[in-house]
Amino acid sequence: MIRFLMDGEIHQFDNIDPTQTVLEWLRETERKVGTKEGCAEGDCGACTVVLGELIDDDVRYRAVNACIYFMPLLDGKEIVTVEALGTPNALHPVQSAMASGNGTQCGFCTPGFVMSLFAKYQDSDPALPESVDDLLAGNLCRCTGYAPIQKAAHSVLEAPTQTNRFGGSDTIEKLKSIAPSEAVSRTFQDSNFETDRTYHSPQTEAELADLLTATPDATLVAGATDVGLWVTKQHRLLKHVISLDAIPALKSIEETDQGLRIGAMVRYSDAWDHLQRLHPDLGELVRRIGSVQVRNSGTIGGNIANGSPIGDTPPPLIVLGAKLDLASATGRRTIELEDFFIEYGKQDLRPGEYVHSVLIPPLEENLLFATYKISKRFNQDISALCGAFALNMEDGKVSFARIAFGGMAATPKRALACEAALTGADWTEATIEAATAALAKDYQPISDMRASSDYRLKTAQNLLRKLFLESQGQGRTRILEAT
Amino acid sequence: MLDRAKRPPLPAKISGDVHDAQTHDSAHLHVSGAAQYVDDLPEPVGCLHLYVAMSERAHAEITNLDLSAVETAPGVACVLTAADIAGDNDIGPVVHDDPVFAETQVHYQGQPIFAVAATTRKAARLAAMRAIVGYKDKDALLDIEAAKANGATIEPPQTMRLGDAPMAMKAAERTLKGTLEMGGQDHFYLEGQIAMSVPGEDGAIKIYSSTQNPTEAQHLIAHLLHKPSAAVTVEVRRMGGAFGGKETQSTLVAAMAALASEKTGRPAKLRLDRDDDMVMTGKRHDFAIEYQAGFDADGRLSSAIFDLGSRCGFSTDLSMAINDRAMFHSDNCYFLGTAEITSHRYRTHTVSNTAFRGFGGPQGMLGVERMMDEIAFAVGRDPLDVRLDNLYGGPGRDLTPYHQTVEDNVADELIETLAEQSDYRARRAQIEADNLRPGIIKKGISLNPVKFGISFTAKHLNQAGALIHVFADGTIQLNHGGTEMGQGLMVKIAQVVAHEFQVDIDQIQIMSTSTEKVPNTSATAASSGSDLNGMAAQVAAQKIKSRLLEFLAERDGVPVDQVQFQGNQIRVGETSYTFKEAVSAAYMARISLSATGFYRTPKIHYDRELHRGRPFFYFAYGAAVSEVEIDTLTGENRVVRTDILHDVGRSLNPAIDLGQIEGGFIQGLGWLTTEELVFDEQGRLRTHAPSTYKIPTSADRPGIFNVEIWDKGRNQEHTIHHSKAVGEPPFMLANSVFSALTHAVSGAAQHKVFPALDAPATPERILNAVEAARAKLA
Repeated sequence: MIRFLMDGEIHQFDNIDPTQTVLEWLRETERKVGTKEGCAEGDCGACTVVLGELIDDDVRYRAVNACIYFMPLLDGKEIVTVEALGTPNALHPVQSAMASGNGTQCGFCTPGFVMSLFAKYQDSDPALPESVDDLLAGNLCRCTGYAPIQKAAHSVLEAPTQTNRFGGSDTIEKLKSIAPSEAVSRTFQDSNFETDRTYHSPQTEAELADLLTATPDATLVAGATDVGLWVTKQHRLLKHVISLDAIPALKSIEETDQGLRIGAMVRYSDAWDHLQRLHPDLGELVRRIGSVQVRNSGTIGGNIANGSPIGDTPPPLIVLGAKLDLASATGRRTIELEDFFIEYGKQDLRPGEYVHSVLIPPLEENLLFATYKISKRFNQDISALCGAFALNMEDGKVSFARIAFGGMAATPKRALACEAALTGADWTEATIEAATAALAKDYQPISDMRASSDYRLKTAQNLLRKLFLESQGQGRTRILEAT
Repeated sequence: MLDRAKRPPLPAKISGDVHDAQTHDSAHLHVSGAAQYVDDLPEPVGCLHLYVAMSERAHAEITNLDLSAVETAPGVACVLTAADIAGDNDIGPVVHDDPVFAETQVHYQGQPIFAVAATTRKAARLAAMRAIVGYKDKDALLDIEAAKANGATIEPPQTMRLGDAPMAMKAAERTLKGTLEMGGQDHFYLEGQIAMSVPGEDGAIKIYSSTQNPTEAQHLIAHLLHKPSAAVTVEVRRMGGAFGGKETQSTLVAAMAALASEKTGRPAKLRLDRDDDMVMTGKRHDFAIEYQAGFDADGRLSSAIFDLGSRCGFSTDLSMAINDRAMFHSDNCYFLGTAEITSHRYRTHTVSNTAFRGFGGPQGMLGVERMMDEIAFAVGRDPLDVRLDNLYGGPGRDLTPYHQTVEDNVADELIETLAEQSDYRARRAQIEADNLRPGIIKKGISLNPVKFGISFTAKHLNQAGALIHVFADGTIQLNHGGTEMGQGLMVKIAQVVAHEFQVDIDQIQIMSTSTEKVPNTSATAASSGSDLNGMAAQVAAQKIKSRLLEFLAERDGVPVDQVQFQGNQIRVGETSYTFKEAVSAAYMARISLSATGFYRTPKIHYDRELHRGRPFFYFAYGAAVSEVEIDTLTGENRVVRTDILHDVGRSLNPAIDLGQIEGGFIQGLGWLTTEELVFDEQGRLRTHAPSTYKIPTSADRPGIFNVEIWDKGRNQEHTIHHSKAVGEPPFMLANSVFSALTHAVSGAAQHKVFPALDAPATPERILNAVEAARAKLA
């Protein structure tokens, strides 16, 4: 049974296509057409809806992209669409600010902007960015140039009234009444693919482990920010789907003596503050991963588990010596994160095994650490390359160096030749030049639509030069400063 | 009827009058999700959904097309191929070289081969994947260079001449040569291409299409289905953005929906997925420009020679007019002395490029802006001074390369005002001094003007119609041939009508644009929407108004000149009536309360053989100063500040116009910086979704963004309330960003080298330009 709240009513489904998107259901089944499809890949934000979730007896509202959000993931939550906020003649304050402030032209992206602003207006989620640019990075507008939207956002967010707030006691009661209490297990007859498909939503790791033992080829769904595209763009048949959304044990994030342990199901949004406190560069990196909507769905566990060579979190986590915990019905094992990535599309993940958590050891004092993301656009872009550096000095010499890049090889990969060129050498410009030459031995990057091989290598080398200049503390070294 | 005692005293101002900053008529609908786009309309019972299968090859013979498994897939109603077309398999708007479906050959990767109609969109897509298509590859010409080497063009080269430029070049004190390449651009309208067709009786068909061009869709679909135009109705209430991308490309989608309805007798809808839309439909032309300049020691031009090459793609589409417009804007605001502008229109095995805001103008204009920067560098002056010295002036300095006299130049005044307001000169001096100091971050600044010609250069398109109904209760329905794509056309025209009748704007019901209301319309394009349709609507309103005037004067026995419409009242002699009272009395007296209006632009003419004439009714002007910074280690860059002063004549609606200026600038910024179309060696577009094709986000706005409408603006021509067109011209204000980036790159080489920078200025191109400039320095 899948139950969720919409417009004050509890909707329930005994069975549903496990990879039907919320957007399809809203538009095609419910004929709630205010929510738009702009890209069907979570990049434009026209489909933004807001989900309410019970957190400590209060409802926390977060924006997500309905176009790549699977229906069963709504279980136990409230969904708020643009229609629920107000009507043309009785607008919500956010809608009113957008309309009177000329924040709309063609209007197609507008419902998405309204929902992103609404989530902020609710003031229920400390993880939301303060900057309006960051808040709206996941909402593309092609008409206005954003200036009037910015003004509307500031006017309504800086003086929010207490009216029109969602998440009252009635909502809380209803959400409590539909809180998932047992594992969901369903078989769906798919008329398009003419086959049966299964959907499971376990509540414990033990249930998960058993399911994976039974169907090791099942697709694990965390935030669906990647898997969603397998469905909407590649039209893949996902025969067995297991959602990790209802397993509380995977959602924990702990700061311990051993370091920061991030459960596989911790969303970027929930990890952001912890990583920011670990190092400003990590905070800045997370700020530039996807958008609010993507970070509200996507998980650091997923970023690691899918093994992409252009995932942004592996390079810095590798240089910080992160450990990965993998679990299965036969127990848990711990490996170095860098060892997880074997080759393109292949990770050290045994049948029946899943990513449990990642542990980032504390940063040593005096560690020279930096991470840089290079992309065509600053906000919400995929890296052409992403570099991370962790170095220690003793008496002016490099005593320890770990360097890793994404986008430079078929996996996130350490620069061993470069590290060797640095280790034991004087921290000087001459050493840096020798080490940049070594980078050419470490990487033979590809040319693709994001950048050429030449640019990738040259920029990787220049990032090392930048690190050196930054260590000398000379002037501005970045267009965007990490704060 | 209103109680007379409660009426406001005369003369009260109506709400939503011309020149008011009235918000968009649909804003309250947009924000609540209640504005209906084509995909939001209720689907008729039995509606089929289409999916289009595209060519996987750039240029090939189709050796095998086995669709049997497609036809038997779950939910499939029918498969459509070229064989299903009763009339001509062609939707070319000018030349008949644009098939709906490929037949024996494919000419670009992404060309439609067949379509599937099924009960759901998902079923149609999955069915299409079952097709077996065999290809025999042929040599493909993918870019300008390849087409040039093979002499592949869509028409012969065109040349525009003013005086004898080659001779003047030889005589010039100084000369220089340069090249500039600039990429294309995807429209990235948020609402993808879509149409829904509904069969009617006796062969009639109605198509709801997201189109800028309902009339052309009507005519081409009639031709395709072998029906009279009168049997086909095309309607659009609004588009979710268009930018030129729905001027001709929308017809493809509408045609397929219509074909499905024709074959099955059922309603049919086709909505392209974003990736398919980007692969299948045309974009802005990429250009390669070679330029030569002859000038004196101060940088004043005596000769300019341009050679423009563009990638038109596999068919003609609108490429002839687009490339003409690139030629028309190769002068921008400058008197070239003598000029020779040659334009090559290359045919390639890529998607057929099409209209996009500016319509070739931005590409032509960027060439001369680069030339100005390079001349200034050569003579060691501030580029602003070189620009000022080269502006059009009075007699002797007022003839364009196409022999139109520039009569309305305001560029000098705009530029001087903006330079002053933005403190350009002091900032430039500071930046150049700062750039000489060591540091990774370098800055650049530039002030660039814009002059943009207003009118369709195909003379016959400069006509428009309107149809206004006044109902006996005093409410008004407004129809005209213009389409709403977010630009605020509907509200502007409603303001014009409200002004004529002197009624509040909310008494006017804005109607969908439909070929059954106003026939033989032109595309809403070339920035002409309010110029043309505003005049037509004014004419229609004035017809009804004068009937009311005459009726009331006669009935009340007062002279016609004593009847006045003012502030929701009609004063007839000493008596006042509401509009409703007057209208219902006129109805009872059997006065016609419905009228059409028609307008054609005066003064314009053009001889395309000679490339001479007056193609433009007037020019719109603007200027922008942008300051940028670049990271010389990574090529990352951003705009720190932009100041804009733009001339919209007497603005019909300053709120709407400001939105066009800001939005146009940001779209231009995207074209010149982050938006990169990458085709691979097989001719496949690799940047076909927002994950790989990066339009500006909110954070890409300049850190400081001061945008002003020029308060002295007034169109000296008799346009609608002396306003000026505003849709396209502001796009080119972003040229200031490109010039500023060029300046910043030169700053990375101590301002001693003029850098070669091509567009879009991605981090990679900036870094390469920095390294090349520094290599020259060494």
